[in-house]
Amino acid sequence: MELGPYILLASLEGSVTAAVLALTAVGLSLVFGVMRVVNIAHGEFFMLGAVIAWFVAHSLGGNAALGFAAALIIAPLLVGALAIGADMTILKRLKYDPERTIVATIGLLYIIQQVTLMTYGPEARPVEAPFNTRLAIPWFEWGDDGFSLYWPWGLSTTSYKLAVIGAAITVLMGVWVLMTRTRIGLVMRATQADRDMALAFGIPVERVYAMVFGLGAALAAFSAVLIVPIQQAHYLMGADPLLLSFIVVIIGGLGSLPGTVLAAVLIGLSDGIISVFFSPTLAKILATLLVGLVLVFRPHGLFGVRNG
Amino acid sequence: MSDQAKIIALHGGLILLLFALQFVLPAYHHGNLARIMVLASYAIGYNILFGYTGLLSLGHALFFAAGMYGMALSIHHLEWAPAPALLAGLVAGILVSGTLALLALRTTGVAFMIVTLMFAQAGYLTVLYFGEYTRGDEGFVIQQAQRMLWGVDLSDPVNRYFAAWGLLTVCFLAALWLVRHPFGRTLIAIRENEERVRMLGYNTFAHKLTAMMISGTIAAAAGAFYGLLFGYAGASFATVQYSIFPLLWVLLGGAGTVLGPFIGTLFMFYLIDLSSGITTAYMLIAGVALVALTLFAPQGLVGELRRRFWGWLP
Amino acid sequence: MTTCLLKTRGLTKHFGGLVAVEGVDFELQQGQVRALIGPNGAGKTTLVGMISGRISPTSGMVEFDGQNVTRLPAHKRIMAGMAYTFQITSVFVNLSAGENVALAARRRLNGTEADKAVRKSLDRLGLLDRIDQEAGELSYGHQRLLEIAMGLVQNPRLLILDEPTQGLSDGEIADFKLLVRELAGETTVLLIEHNMSVVMETADEVTVLNFGEVLAEGTPLAIREDQTVQSAYLGTS
Repeated sequence: MELGPYILLASLEGSVTAAVLALTAVGLSLVFGVMRVVNIAHGEFFMLGAVIAWFVAHSLGGNAALGFAAALIIAPLLVGALAIGADMTILKRLKYDPERTIVATIGLLYIIQQVTLMTYGPEARPVEAPFNTRLAIPWFEWGDDGFSLYWPWGLSTTSYKLAVIGAAITVLMGVWVLMTRTRIGLVMRATQADRDMALAFGIPVERVYAMVFGLGAALAAFSAVLIVPIQQAHYLMGADPLLLSFIVVIIGGLGSLPGTVLAAVLIGLSDGIISVFFSPTLAKILATLLVGLVLVFRPHGLFGVRNG
Repeated sequence: MSDQAKIIALHGGLILLLFALQFVLPAYHHGNLARIMVLASYAIGYNILFGYTGLLSLGHALFFAAGMYGMALSIHHLEWAPAPALLAGLVAGILVSGTLALLALRTTGVAFMIVTLMFAQAGYLTVLYFGEYTRGDEGFVIQQAQRMLWGVDLSDPVNRYFAAWGLLTVCFLAALWLVRHPFGRTLIAIRENEERVRMLGYNTFAHKLTAMMISGTIAAAAGAFYGLLFGYAGASFATVQYSIFPLLWVLLGGAGTVLGPFIGTLFMFYLIDLSSGITTAYMLIAGVALVALTLFAPQGLVGELRRRFWGWLP
Repeated sequence: MTTCLLKTRGLTKHFGGLVAVEGVDFELQQGQVRALIGPNGAGKTTLVGMISGRISPTSGMVEFDGQNVTRLPAHKRIMAGMAYTFQITSVFVNLSAGENVALAARRRLNGTEADKAVRKSLDRLGLLDRIDQEAGELSYGHQRLLEIAMGLVQNPRLLILDEPTQGLSDGEIADFKLLVRELAGETTVLLIEHNMSVVMETADEVTVLNFGEVLAEGTPLAIREDQTVQSAYLGTS
């Protein structure tokens, strides 16, 4: 294949990565933005979403579409509820102290991961996609008889992958509307801007925190359900989404939603294209170094706005 | 008895006790204790930065691995003798911790934690990337013939025990001396209130830089000894887990106490050792311990002891 | 003939769009006790912050002992002979009173000499019997005094005190006034103060700051009679 179609394919795959990554990262960003909590267990919420999706689809059996649809609702709800429980029993008691919550969420990471290992086991298991039509993509060329289209071998995507992108965009817009157009969003933003002032105005800050932590985890779980037909459910699958979400949130400017989405698209797309040219390990080395260096030299992110 | 005498009696007593245990312990626990003493040295190094200076690093595995690979690669590929190889491990630790300190200390708090985490992760991936030399996750063995330090065979359990004991003793005394020295007391003051220390005329950046390099170099020494004494170097020692372990040990034993790192390492090692008979998911214990300690006993075992009974503990 | 110890030219600080200090030209003669007064939010703490190096100025220049120190980091200015005590009490609450002062003393003294200086300084503020007590256990007033002891033990050429009498009892304030008068011969003092009786009885000269600018300067008596100062304080201008 020539380079053109190859890059088109890479960016299509990249868009799927970007879509799922944006959802996951927005969850992390919300939690950091509103609560000032760095949730190291975020990747495990993602993993739990995928594993629960497998359990749901598996126990419903039969119809793939039905199982998947059920998983899409049940997994985020369960994971969100679990996160709210963790918030109320652990984070609240730590008074959301930034450093101590990091240590506690590291503990949470190991607990979730190891309990999954003990119950779900070390196998990677697939969930069937509700629909999965192969769609060939045309490419163009300038031949002797002018412009013409042809269908290069291997240049294709699936209807499911396109649906993932669509679903992610829909949910992201939903989050945007929630944050900017609703009372709940207003309350969240007020809490983010000034916790003490919010308390003084009678906003139940602790309930807002529990809700945000639950919502952040539910977003991670939702994106995991979306990805699990493409990538199997495994108890260690949380590490990469965590790392990538970190990269996205830090580069996008800590706690800024538009910045996070923009960075997710950038990272997702470049991840697909970079892996064409570099080994995945080298790409990861560069990515982690980039996060470290951005934090050191541009602590407000590449797109972030300095406030205060 | 004066506080001074109590401190000498307690810490000296522990060192002598560990020396004497060599002659009575059964082989299995004998081997365990050698391992614990090296890992406790790692924790002592970690504690200098976390417990005494108040900087929570999530990247100490980078220093541990720098020491380990600095030592192991020079034996494996350059065929150096153990003594210069250990020195190479130390130098690697100094260089890596100095470089990371210069970068990471430009940040504070949460950002410092993430920056150290990211660079350590990049270090781990680098070990994997150069798998041709490091043999990646699989790692490589250092042969018995390559572990003769000045004619002493370090693969022999007795010699190994004494080498581990020697390392722990040096680290222990260094920590004890440091925290009573004006420099160490300034570090404690930085932990309490950095801005105030700065406004007393101290260059707090230079102090933190030195603390991080001392901490990183001790971690590297522990890594180099670990590789040499147990004859193996592998990428798993560079993973995030090996950054979390010293944090866990220090939290359990008591951050900002000289005894804490050893006590914490000892307890956690046996906790995991006992549970591994029951389940393979032994990291569950670590997770529960992390959450429980943060919630209920942020002072750790020795910290509680100091708070309730022995206010004089350094 | 008096020599000028501290001089600022056009010292300005903006926080975002907010003007905290604007174009302050300030001079302080060696050996003087100078009070810096002004309504809340007038920029007093910001001004001494820029003098001591805690806050970097937006523009302007600071000269200490004939040297331009504008670009010098705080710890070097302290080493050059400034001492700064915080408005919000920030002693090391988990360390003993003695260790608090010793930290300040060890910048220039070692071993027994430092011990001696620590005892002398604590004694001067009537805290010697509390030397082994944790600073956090001291009463608020004693913590304020400990803060001053930490300044004194540095044997500074310029002692900056940010609202030292806040929260002190009447008796402690009386002692504080005596102490400042004693210091007047030994060192130069820059004093941010709200308590007018302290200002009137201790200061050689007073500088009034309002909205980040110098409103008036003169002897305490002259300042008290000044119409513009009165209106600034009463808010009738």
